[in-house]
Amino acid sequence: MLADKDRIFRNLYGLHDWRLAGARARGAWDGTRALLEMGHDAIVEEIKNSGLRGRGGAGFPTGLKWSFMPKEVGERPHYLVINADESEPGTCKDREIMRHDPHILIEGALVAAFAMRAHTAYIYIRGEFIRERERLEAAIAEAYEARLIGKNNIHGWDFDLHVHHGAGAYICGEETALLESLEGKKGQPRLKPPFPANCGLYGAPTTVNNVESIAVAPEILRRGAAWFASLGRPNNTGTKLFCISGHVERPCTVEEEMGIPLRELLERHAGGVRGGWDNLLAVIPGGSSVPLVPAAQCQDLTMDFDALAKVKSGLGTAAVIVMDKSTDIVKAIARLSYFYKHESCGQCTPCREGTGWMWRVLTRMAEGRAEREEIDMLWDVTRQVEGHTICALGDAAAWPVQGLLRHFRSEIEARIAARQAERGARASAEAAE
Amino acid sequence: MAVKLIIDGQEYEVADGITLMEACEEAAGKEIPRFCYHERLSIAGNCRMCLVEVVGAPKPIASCAQTVNELRKGPKGEPPEIRTDSDLVRKARRGVMEFLLINHPLDCPICDQGGECDLQDQAMAYGFDENRFEENKRAVENKYLGPLVKTIMTRCIHCTRCVRFMTEVAGVEELGAIGRGEDMEITTYLDSGLHSELQGNIIDLCPVGALTSRPYAFQARPWELAKTETIDVMDAVGSNIRVDSRGPRVMRILPRNNDAVNEEWISDKTRFVWDGLAHGRLDRPWVRREGVLQPASWEEALKVVADRLQSVATTRIGAIVGDLAAAEEMFALKGLMAGLRAPHIDCRQDGSRLDPKLGRETYLFNATIEGIERADAILLVGTNPRLEATVLNARIRKRWRMGALPIGLIGAPADLTYPYAHLGTGPATLRELAQGRHDFTETLAKAERPMVIVGEAALTRDDGGSILALAAKLAMQTGMVGAAEGWNGFCVLHGAASRVAGLDLGLTPGDGGLDVAGMIEAARTGELDVLYLLGADEIDTGTLGRATTFVIYQGTHGDRGAEIADVILPGAAYTEKSATWVNTEGRPQMSERAVFPPGEAKEDWAILRALSEAVGRTLPFDTLSELRALLYKEAPHLAALDVVEPAGTSGIETLARIGTDVSDTPLSAYAADYYKTNAIARASRVMDDLSRARLGGAAGAAGGEGIQRGEATGTDG
Repeated sequence: MLADKDRIFRNLYGLHDWRLAGARARGAWDGTRALLEMGHDAIVEEIKNSGLRGRGGAGFPTGLKWSFMPKEVGERPHYLVINADESEPGTCKDREIMRHDPHILIEGALVAAFAMRAHTAYIYIRGEFIRERERLEAAIAEAYEARLIGKNNIHGWDFDLHVHHGAGAYICGEETALLESLEGKKGQPRLKPPFPANCGLYGAPTTVNNVESIAVAPEILRRGAAWFASLGRPNNTGTKLFCISGHVERPCTVEEEMGIPLRELLERHAGGVRGGWDNLLAVIPGGSSVPLVPAAQCQDLTMDFDALAKVKSGLGTAAVIVMDKSTDIVKAIARLSYFYKHESCGQCTPCREGTGWMWRVLTRMAEGRAEREEIDMLWDVTRQVEGHTICALGDAAAWPVQGLLRHFRSEIEARIAARQAERGARASAEAAE
Repeated sequence: MAVKLIIDGQEYEVADGITLMEACEEAAGKEIPRFCYHERLSIAGNCRMCLVEVVGAPKPIASCAQTVNELRKGPKGEPPEIRTDSDLVRKARRGVMEFLLINHPLDCPICDQGGECDLQDQAMAYGFDENRFEENKRAVENKYLGPLVKTIMTRCIHCTRCVRFMTEVAGVEELGAIGRGEDMEITTYLDSGLHSELQGNIIDLCPVGALTSRPYAFQARPWELAKTETIDVMDAVGSNIRVDSRGPRVMRILPRNNDAVNEEWISDKTRFVWDGLAHGRLDRPWVRREGVLQPASWEEALKVVADRLQSVATTRIGAIVGDLAAAEEMFALKGLMAGLRAPHIDCRQDGSRLDPKLGRETYLFNATIEGIERADAILLVGTNPRLEATVLNARIRKRWRMGALPIGLIGAPADLTYPYAHLGTGPATLRELAQGRHDFTETLAKAERPMVIVGEAALTRDDGGSILALAAKLAMQTGMVGAAEGWNGFCVLHGAASRVAGLDLGLTPGDGGLDVAGMIEAARTGELDVLYLLGADEIDTGTLGRATTFVIYQGTHGDRGAEIADVILPGAAYTEKSATWVNTEGRPQMSERAVFPPGEAKEDWAILRALSEAVGRTLPFDTLSELRALLYKEAPHLAALDVVEPAGTSGIETLARIGTDVSDTPLSAYAADYYKTNAIARASRVMDDLSRARLGGAAGAAGGEGIQRGEATGTDG
């Protein structure tokens, strides 16, 4: 269990003052100038050594991503863009940071922007986050007021931070769609390459990072990469915000060490699975887009990128959705399919056409209105979507369905059989009349 | 620099920077299916049909969107390996094909795209043979795009070629996508129709039957049509076209690719004018008797004309050439007039002050259309290229999109689809530039390949010659001529297909000869007895009609000229004859006969040949090839088809020394009705619809026949 001294998010629950004074009392903005004095490349190196992996879902090493930015500023300025479009179902961590501890994000933005030689950063905040935006804006105003950021600030690195309010499209959480939206265009992912580090916002070198990845950066620099790397497990270091929802006694968001066993996470922080551990049906360990893990594989499961990849799932955003045995698992996944069908941007063929197809078939399967052969066909369709699209939304739509088919095929078959038996019985009854 | 790579097991060296698709197709000759990719549009990469396998890459890659330089070498430095026919690729294509088809209606039997449909063809090559999709198909409400483009949006596969074309090439941001996922729709947002002179091209670009030609709807199947490669005459660009005909009728007109001229675009006027070829045609000779035009035989008509020509003094005979005359008939007319020793002849129907004696360079678009792409500063003088030469204007826009291009305009401001600096409205501004008293002079002088384009609004004025001389002066001073190797930026933009050939052949008044305005004035005052109109309709026919002059009209349509004629000799339209046309660059091109002239109408050179015999001055040729042999002797450059013979520069130098006394009257705006600039266009009902839409806003077109808003789709699977 994570010791209190190792916590980065010390006001996760809003029990203390979120304002600048409170944040300072908790250690934010402490010696930031000294952090910047490390120099651009030393900061990147330190983040690399800490082993921090991106907290937005894909888990790409953050320091490595920063190092892709050009070492010299050319004709076009560098930009840092912070992805606060937290829309993955089950995920509710970035909003806690923004509404309860906004200053650590702002400090992180300054440090990260400095590291990648950017003087401007944008926070692209999810459309539904109205209060979070207000608080974030208030905190930014405080930071400007205290000359922590802005032109000629006390840290000696001119830095402007803008909040941009999205309009509520899930796809705008995809980094290049986010950039398009930020530029005022229809939120549709761009083709890669070129990657944002070469050609991002307004064609300038840009790095897009998740809120949590940015917010932890100052603390890592203050306490050292070795400290961060000592937490968690190799290649899965540090602390992480876990969002626990679903059939647990006390749903919550909690900061824990990477690699904590799932059972310990649920029982220590969320009061355990509703009706006891044995009542567990399955968990979706990393937000709606990762495949579910059935109870049988949950016993010794640890919560980190590599362990979850081994059970063909993923850590994603670490949004743990717990489902007990009362869950209609087919219907649940069909609902997620509807979400992806609704949020597909429509740009490329497999996702535009495939998401609707998967949803329609699954909806029928939930009621048993299908043929057994359609299970294989549905699997085929998920494989035709996966890996064939411009962005990862296609994969995100396919994986939950694949998880379902992998682990609950018998459930679907049973429903189909039951419905066919029912129809057969009705038909023979009618024939008998 | 070349890049080495392996395609399907064989090693190739390909050019730096090309896409994987180009490498596979051009170097290795592999066919890569695609829907959204188009070489003249930006890359969208959204159809996912062109996926290929790159060995070592975790996922298949859209070959249209990645360049060969972006591939990584193997661990031991081996060249990257692409597979275009592996299991992975075949599966990916089949999958994409299936996705495209699940919501595509099975209405091929009633679809106008049938037989030339990319989706149909590729489904045959790469698709499944059975349907696994048991759900209801999507139905999409049709969108109103105006009188030209018919929509059946249920068929749309969202490739966005149309959106990209309208935004990038046409420069009119009226088409876009709204909605997300499977609810995404292509629309004009406000259902307001399209307002571009290039919109017809999206019909060709649409890979399926979502956008089809409204005038051509349900008229023919592509395999029934005879296809003739020929040349357009709606403007002086000389767009390369293909005329599709069935029996005696032209059914549609499509562009042909010619990178030097029209790339693969044509204007709406070029594309949709074909119904004008079937309406209002002159299909037999007519002779006016007792004030009324009456049908006549060829013998009668020619005799009446010959008698009249022989009964008057030859100095009282004139001839005016219209905008749609080809080189052959102009050559014959010139020969006839020379035989009669009649001095009054003019091909400058618009009254432009161009003088062929100064040399070809003084009336050609010397930089060439392709040369626009190399220009780095452009000055427009008295021209609206968007309307005078629509496709050429798209080339200027293309150049502007390529990067920094200062453009200045002297004349009436207009929306040209690219930004420009409006320097002034009258020739006085041009004088300032020529005298170096204007900032833009420096912009031009600094440019490596500056360019000036002088249009008809400048040339047709009384001081047109002086304006041209000022432009020449400016050209000499700013290094447009002679400074950069092989560059001549002095350009005259013509509006009529016949003009350059007419000037090349010297169809301008000789010693003591009258020009167009002079002839009409002479007719008014009774000093001209006979006037021969070779398809000349854009002249003051009102004055001519009231005059006592005997008017002979040789042409295709019962238009303004025919109305006032005393004898009508029916000729052949551009789709009905093999003829030579010289475009504004000076590029000779030859049209081919797609259909025969209607009724008793004949090819124009043959009419003039027959007439010459009737007047006893028989022209020295009996066949078209004999005519051409003589023509080429006089103007050898006409024999070199599709070649722009570079003109010299001395004429421009001479021109620059001519007096430049210009008036201060502002240059006029493009005044003609764009869609009705010639007799064929005026006979076209489609052009009429467009003209009304242009003049009266979108509502005018919406009232037209056969146009219904929000037509039901009726395709449910």
